[in-house]
Amino acid sequence: MTVVAVSRPALQTVRLPRLLAGPAGLRTVGLLEHERLHGPLQLRAPGDHARRLSQSRLVDLIEWSGLTGRGGAGFPTGRKMRSVAAAKGKPVVVANGAEGEPASAKDKLLLSRSPHLVLDGISLAAYAVGADRAFLAVHDQEARLGRNLEAAAAARAAAGIDPIPIEVVGIPSRYVSSEQSAIVRFLNEGIALPTFSPPRTHERGYHGRPTLVNNAETLAHVALIARHGDRWFRSAGAPQAPGTMLVTVSGAVARPGVYEIEAGMPIGAVLTSAGDLIERCGAILVGGYFGAWLRMDVAWQLPLTHRDTRSAGGALGAGVIVALPETSCGLAETARVVRYLADETAGQCGPCVFGLPALADALADLAYHGEPGAARRAVRLAGLAAGRGACKHPDGVAQLARSALDAFYLDAARHEERGPCYGIGQPPVLPLPGDMTVW
Amino acid sequence: MSEILRVNPIACTGHGVCAELLPELIKLDPWGYPIVARGEVSGKLLAHARRAVAACPVLALRLQPRER
Repeated sequence: MTVVAVSRPALQTVRLPRLLAGPAGLRTVGLLEHERLHGPLQLRAPGDHARRLSQSRLVDLIEWSGLTGRGGAGFPTGRKMRSVAAAKGKPVVVANGAEGEPASAKDKLLLSRSPHLVLDGISLAAYAVGADRAFLAVHDQEARLGRNLEAAAAARAAAGIDPIPIEVVGIPSRYVSSEQSAIVRFLNEGIALPTFSPPRTHERGYHGRPTLVNNAETLAHVALIARHGDRWFRSAGAPQAPGTMLVTVSGAVARPGVYEIEAGMPIGAVLTSAGDLIERCGAILVGGYFGAWLRMDVAWQLPLTHRDTRSAGGALGAGVIVALPETSCGLAETARVVRYLADETAGQCGPCVFGLPALADALADLAYHGEPGAARRAVRLAGLAAGRGACKHPDGVAQLARSALDAFYLDAARHEERGPCYGIGQPPVLPLPGDMTVW
Repeated sequence: MSEILRVNPIACTGHGVCAELLPELIKLDPWGYPIVARGEVSGKLLAHARRAVAACPVLALRLQPRER
């Protein structure tokens, strides 16, 4: 009897975690352990011909991988690198590790746990675009994180790993200072406020030079794509949204925290892997404070990709998911966050300076006083704010407010008819800086 | 080449001159800041638009080529 081998593609099981690989717990993965886990970084000083990976090959790999920015906007990373490399002047690389979003913890976790993955990514990005300066921006209030990252960069410098030194800079800890033009302006003038574009940072950024600003998680993916290739990267995730991504899950789940998931995973499955819901929930905040409230029936099956969240009227943002229990008031939650975001305006653009406080007032009137007409007023004010600032701050706030009025329209009507619900007395679910948080 | 009107919201201090000179395309919000109509400036309004751009006391209004 002859045995015929039927060739058929092996069932691929994706090994997770990728970014968060390593020992259990939150211990920092040191340089030696990092190299044992992922292999050493294959970069040599310019002029060394034994170099494994050519510059153009690296950009190709990143483009083919389909990696998109993990900071919120989701722009294709390879294309951004190409335009920076092609722009006039010597490029500069900036890694954005300043997580402005109060409900997100993924970059901070990644930087504390696997700093060398991000630092590898910075060196690779600098190499890919031919940069001669590289910065890693973190919030100045995160003093310990900053010191640890400086120590990690120093250890790499001593071992001669990075072709150019990586400078860790602390930027002011406020919401708008981690916007990319604000980081560049801080490096230029010491003022961490967004600027008007054009010129865009990738054309004229740090001292007028083309500047590649990438989120910390994006660069950690670059470090792995350089080692394992583009096909490996795409073996996880969905065809339209390849790879893995970090999400921060909180609210009414048994195990809130940061999870590495395959992109395109349905939101319901993410909530299940975070220990499942511990209360009945009516709505989910997806994408953070520039994201949107989605009703549970819409959200549960929705795949976590930019395209799917956008078509549901939301945004993927930096992968924030908050489950709101039915006992809480979504309008009150939104009113509180919109007030915070209004206070966080850079104070530069009139429509943001005057429009956001007025929007916060309208939402507060609706949530806490049930004032008739407040919902309509909020919708109108959100429309007035969107698209009229130098940065996307008013747009994000407007989207959050509109989505609340949409997802909680029945509550809004009841508030206006019968006064506020009991939910306004519940402790807040959405975290703000200065809250007593569980993280 | 088609051109669009854009306000630099950081520079704008809400004088409102533009809305007076070009009411067809620019309205003011409740706080006196301009709301500019989207889309390209049609040929017959172009001269008025240029006048509004030139009259802005803080040079916050600009006519620029439409982006891809």
